[in-house]
Order: sequence, then structure tokens, then C-alpha cells
Amino acid sequence: MSTNPGTRDVALHAHGGVDGSDVRTVQVQKSLMTHNDGVAAENRTRFGDRLVLNIVSSPGSGKTALMERTVADLAETLRVGVVVGDLETDNDAVRIHGAGAPSVQIVTGAVCHLEAEMVARAVDGLDVDQLDVVVIENVGNLVCPAAWDLGEDLRVTMLSTTEGEDKPLKYPRIFKDADAVIINKIDIADAVGFDRDAALDAVRKVAPSATVFETSARTGEGMDAWTAWLRERQAEKRSTIAGAPAGAGVAAAR
Amino acid sequence: MHEMSIVLSMLDLAEHSAREEGASRIDAIHLEIGALAGVVPEALEFAFQGARDGTMAEGARLEVDYLPAMARCAACESDFELDNRYGVALCPTCGTPSANLWQGRELQLAHLEVT
Repeated sequence: MSTNPGTRDVALHAHGGVDGSDVRTVQVQKSLMTHNDGVAAENRTRFGDRLVLNIVSSPGSGKTALMERTVADLAETLRVGVVVGDLETDNDAVRIHGAGAPSVQIVTGAVCHLEAEMVARAVDGLDVDQLDVVVIENVGNLVCPAAWDLGEDLRVTMLSTTEGEDKPLKYPRIFKDADAVIINKIDIADAVGFDRDAALDAVRKVAPSATVFETSARTGEGMDAWTAWLRERQAEKRSTIAGAPAGAGVAAAR
Repeated sequence: MHEMSIVLSMLDLAEHSAREEGASRIDAIHLEIGALAGVVPEALEFAFQGARDGTMAEGARLEVDYLPAMARCAACESDFELDNRYGVALCPTCGTPSANLWQGRELQLAHLEVT
């Protein structure tokens, strides 16, 4: 199959169709994500100088436990709000709320990932002006969420020590796009025979520029490095946007 | 099965583009999909068969051009194709890992055949 480069409004090589009608070629050359990306850009404008994270992982790697701990650890310095996506139930939003942070649940039904429009609607339920950080906890899935920009600044991909060291090799796209990779449940790494070096090597091969954190949401191990990084990124975004000319806030987005 | 969401976006974009050209029917939709786009061809076709009824693309063919994942080494500036099986981006010339992926994420509506 050939593709014809050129502008989309030039109709090329009209020829006879099977029923004798004229078939024309229309150049489009647009991303299938055009609509989503437009809404994501609106989300970015609305988030302003707040730091926005999109956290992805497989189900059960500990996203919600990590968020509970993160919210509690940051409580004295940053106001964090959480948007949680799941196929069903608001259990996770209830847990985050219990940890002391405003939270909104997106119930996706049959949809295996979050899209920018779902986030736009959910954010109506958060008082964004009163927040410093917005965390979007995506649906537990290492494949489907990859293509959807939600308007985040940073994408964080998590795996846990119970899942196997080769997760980054099996799901390269979602690790390749990560700004940070978290290896969670590090407290039980020895018990489950987790090969730390193999995991770090797999991350480095697929996502060489990602910052790696090793955490335990249960014991708190490694949480200081993770929360310090979040505080730095938040301060960095705030100063970037404060220093930019009026109306140029969107330019600081990823 | 995120392919259904992708197909619905594709049909919106295809119908919009076809209408702008004054077309009444879409005969074929040509896509460019990167090796790391995370799209399963069979799932895409399956979703398309289910979603095209009642649209301008009701009888259309779906033609997909798959693009290999390509990276550029930051150290020696050579271009190389990633190991598609694992998405590992190690430069075959100098062994440096590369984060500079310039092709492979595409989910692109390239062109349409319309009547």
C-alpha cells in the first residue's frame, strides 16, 4: 500500500469505481487522537500551574496504596487531589478520601482506559483552584491507556515486585513514554525472588531517561525520594508558568 | 479492547474529512499504525466491522500500513530500527540506550478513497 504525501485538500487520481462512479483520494494525514489531544490541551490550560500526573500500572500493583501514602506524606506541604479511574465501584476514591485528599471516581464501565473527556468531566468535581497537585490514577492496564493524553505533565508507570522483572519488555510502549518508573512492593522483593538488577536493566533498555523509584507503600521505604521528586517537579512547573508571559502557560506542557 | 475507541475516533475523523470534500461515500480508509502504537490488527478490524454500519464508511475497506519503530542514537547519531518484539532501544552501532523514538507511535489517518 502506498501513501501519498501532500496537502489534504488536493484530490488525486480520480478513477472509475467498481460501480462506474468516480473514486477520489482525499489526503487527511491527521492523528486518530486529534479530538482527544484537543481536549487534553484544554485540560492542560485548565490545570494551570498545578502539577498533573497520569499514573498507569497493571491491576494490583499498588497504585491506590501508593497514592494514599503519597497524599499523607505530602499533606503538610502540598494539597493533592486525585482522579481515579476504574471499570466499576468507587472503592478507590473512598480510600483516597480516607487518606485525606479530595478525590473523584471515574467509573468507565467497559472502557479499559481513561480519555481526556472523562478527565475533563471528572475535574468538575474537584476544586482545582485549591490544589497544588492533581493525580490521575488510570485504569489498571498496561496496554490501553498508553495512547491517550489526558493533559498531564508527567506520566508515571508502576510495576511491582510480584509481577516479574520483564514487564517493561513485555509492555514497551507504556514504559517508553514514562517520565518516572516506580517499582513498588520492594519490601517483599526478597520473599518473591525479585531480581532487582534484571528489572532495572529492563527499564533502562526501554526507557533510558525515566527516573526510577523503588518504593513500598506499606512500609514507607523509598517514599521520601518519590515525594521529594514530586515537590521538585511541582516547584519547577510553578516557577516556569509564573515566569512565562501572560497566556503562555500551555507552552510548558509536555 | 481500546481498539473500539480508536475506531470510533477514526470514523468521526473520516466522515468529517469526506464531507468537507463533498463526498457521499467512503470506499476505503488508509491508516498508518506504528509498531509501538499498541494496536492489535485483528482487534482493529473486528471493531471496524462492528462500528461502520450506519456511517459513510458502511461498505468501506480498512487498509493498514504498519510502520517500524525507529530511534536515533544520541551518542553516535545513527538511526536504527527497534527490536519490535520488546521495544528495546539499544543502538546496534555503539550500544547506547536511546529515548529518542522518532517513529513507531503513529495512529494516523493517512488518506481516504471516497465517492
